[in-house]
Amino acid sequence: MQTLGGFVSTREKGSRFWLAAILVMCLSAFVAVGCGSDDESSSSGSSTSSSADSGDTIKVGILHSLSGTMAISEKSVVDAEQLAIKEINAAGGVLGKQIEPVVEDGASDWPTFAEKAQKLISEDKVAAVFGCWTSASRKAVLPVFERNKALLYYPVQYEGMEASPYIFYTGATTNQQIIPALEYLKEEKKVKKLFLVGSDYVFPRTANKEIKLWAKANGMEITGEEYAPLGSTEFSTIVNKVKASDSDAVFNTLNGDSNVAFFKQLDGAGLPSSKLPIVSVSIAEDEVRAIGADKVEGQIVAWNYYQTTPGAANEKFVKAYKAEYGDDRVTDDPIEAAYVAVYLWAEAVEKAGTTDVEKVKEASKGLEFDAPEGKVVVDDENQHITKTARIGVINKEGLIDTVWESDGPIEPDPFLESYPWAKGMTPVDG
Amino acid sequence: MTTFVKSFVPSNRSEWSSRATFVAVAILFLFVFPAWLSDSRLDLMASYVTYAIVALGIAIAWGNGGMLVLGQGLFFGLGAYCVGMYLALVEVGGAPNLPQFMTLLGSQETLPALWEPFNNVWFALSAAVIVPVTLATILGTLIFRSRIRGPYFAILTQALAGAFAILLIGNITLINGTNGITTSFSEIFGLSLFEPADQRVLYTIVVIVLGIAFLLSRQMLKSRYGRLLLAVRDAEDRVRFLGYSATKIKVIAFATAAGLAGVGGALFVLVGPKIISPASVGIIPSITMVVWVAVGGRASLAGAIAGAILVNTAEFEISSAAPEYWLYFQGALFIGVVAFAPKGLAGAATWLKEKVTSRGSSSTTSTSKTAEEAA
Repeated sequence: MQTLGGFVSTREKGSRFWLAAILVMCLSAFVAVGCGSDDESSSSGSSTSSSADSGDTIKVGILHSLSGTMAISEKSVVDAEQLAIKEINAAGGVLGKQIEPVVEDGASDWPTFAEKAQKLISEDKVAAVFGCWTSASRKAVLPVFERNKALLYYPVQYEGMEASPYIFYTGATTNQQIIPALEYLKEEKKVKKLFLVGSDYVFPRTANKEIKLWAKANGMEITGEEYAPLGSTEFSTIVNKVKASDSDAVFNTLNGDSNVAFFKQLDGAGLPSSKLPIVSVSIAEDEVRAIGADKVEGQIVAWNYYQTTPGAANEKFVKAYKAEYGDDRVTDDPIEAAYVAVYLWAEAVEKAGTTDVEKVKEASKGLEFDAPEGKVVVDDENQHITKTARIGVINKEGLIDTVWESDGPIEPDPFLESYPWAKGMTPVDG
Repeated sequence: MTTFVKSFVPSNRSEWSSRATFVAVAILFLFVFPAWLSDSRLDLMASYVTYAIVALGIAIAWGNGGMLVLGQGLFFGLGAYCVGMYLALVEVGGAPNLPQFMTLLGSQETLPALWEPFNNVWFALSAAVIVPVTLATILGTLIFRSRIRGPYFAILTQALAGAFAILLIGNITLINGTNGITTSFSEIFGLSLFEPADQRVLYTIVVIVLGIAFLLSRQMLKSRYGRLLLAVRDAEDRVRFLGYSATKIKVIAFATAAGLAGVGGALFVLVGPKIISPASVGIIPSITMVVWVAVGGRASLAGAIAGAILVNTAEFEISSAAPEYWLYFQGALFIGVVAFAPKGLAGAATWLKEKVTSRGSSSTTSTSKTAEEAA
């Protein structure tokens, strides 16, 4: 036990100073805790008045991952936001002032997202932030925006069950993407037995919970529900289960590269997409560009916008995007939603006559905009936007052709309150 | 009385300067920063201070014990998740209620047994230290008894951190997978994690914990045990031949490092972004932690603290100034340190000090150098 003895006896002369220092530190710790419990009358987050429009420019934040695993998806979204800002500035800006973007890197790291969001709000005093992709990053910054009463525009389809008063959601919630896709399978493909495959994270889990409830109410049988770890490329077990289940279709919420491996292994097992249709909700044109069109040609996807969506607004958008970033670039749903987000904010600021957050929120109610995907309307209550659901098939150029679309735009319903079958989805507060 | 007072008077010059530095740094952190920094910057600084606690442990195990701990994310994560689970339960109003993510996923009907005890704040806080220390003691005993050292030890610890991250990601229904644990409202001992005034108190507590951890670590390294640890680092076999248990000596250093990482993790979820997810515990964050210490000076406790705080501050500032290119700057900084200051900031500081003092007095001996290294 010589080592323990050494612990206690210090040979240094004058070590009493250091012992005293430890004591002082311990004592001040107790004092600090004591002070804290008395200190209830705190000045709680009152620094809401933004000085964003005090100068010649109006600052806005752009907060996406420019490094790390998510950068490949999020960089294109940053490009779309920069394009929208450039266009608005060229047309005279907002309230007669130019928009000045402040770009921050969330680095695919959720704590970094929260730190950078706080910095954009309290130091750059931005009027609004356009940012995030993953639900994890959105959940990380949500308390920051709510506490500082600042605005976030979130441009990606997500799992719903959320309606923060300080977030505008310009991507689809589940009733604008997943439920229409299920209806398409039921009506057009006469699917009776559906197999669920997804990556193991919050979006597929929540989506599949909704799909199971929907299936119960619509007489569709769920033949299996399987999750693969994020980034997994080994699907033989799942493919065998799909094969044994004798399903009519697969609902696929896999992410990224996992899709290629899954499609390939299904094909190898004698289940090509012509025999067993798969509906995917996480592959858009930008992912197809990365994966290679030949590997995913013929696959069915569900979104609200494709580069091929007809209309003058989209033609102009696609042309501008390619002119700015190169002919090999493609537009897709999240890119379009990010572009729309900037315009929606700018229109609301013009309407409100100020960048004051509460007034911008008020002015956003019922705000209409001719987006590339068609006319969108901001919901009064939940701050999502109306969206037309579109089912598409990936063609050999890597673009997506629409094969079915909903009868006009669908009202956003993040908590699925208008669907009787969704009673089992317990909404989460906040 | 006079002898009592005399005992506070240091015997030599270097002792004087280290005391003065300690008091100056304590004043800087406890009074100057709170007065100078904004609420959000102070909160950010608090999270860097928790990193500094982790760095202290690495300086002990790696710098003084020669064990390259490449998996501190494991112990950091254990500490952080213990307290994070408590915070997630507070947010929903206590034990029988399910944390928000479980309600959202709808995978659990009742609170899992693993979560039950974390409803108690004392259990959560003590588990945040006891679990990492116990795990490190068991692992350390097995590893060091088999005389696994050098790169094999480093790879083993790194694999453990990687496996831990995969375990967390795979258990989405129990611990929320990649998203990890976040709260948008929570408190501990009546201190709200989101009120600026309470955040300032939490900052003070975090700084004081770092101060205590530094002083205890310093005493530990100055003690007989500290000398044995250095001896094991430099000539393990000789220490064995002298009849000491090298395994025991190394296990203590490894467990201390794990305990400090646990404390750092437990405090980390209380300040800054208040998030713990697998992204903060895996291989990359574990290496990052070692990088802080390498930049600061691996054998020096003060260097480790400076490294953790300066590297993170620099990272935050540079990434804001050049969001697209900051990784290149970071890379250049690390290469620069390895190439020009292999002993890190602490080494550079010692070199400067020697340059200054050698003008007055003559040469400094190598023994005083090693003593300073440990301070």
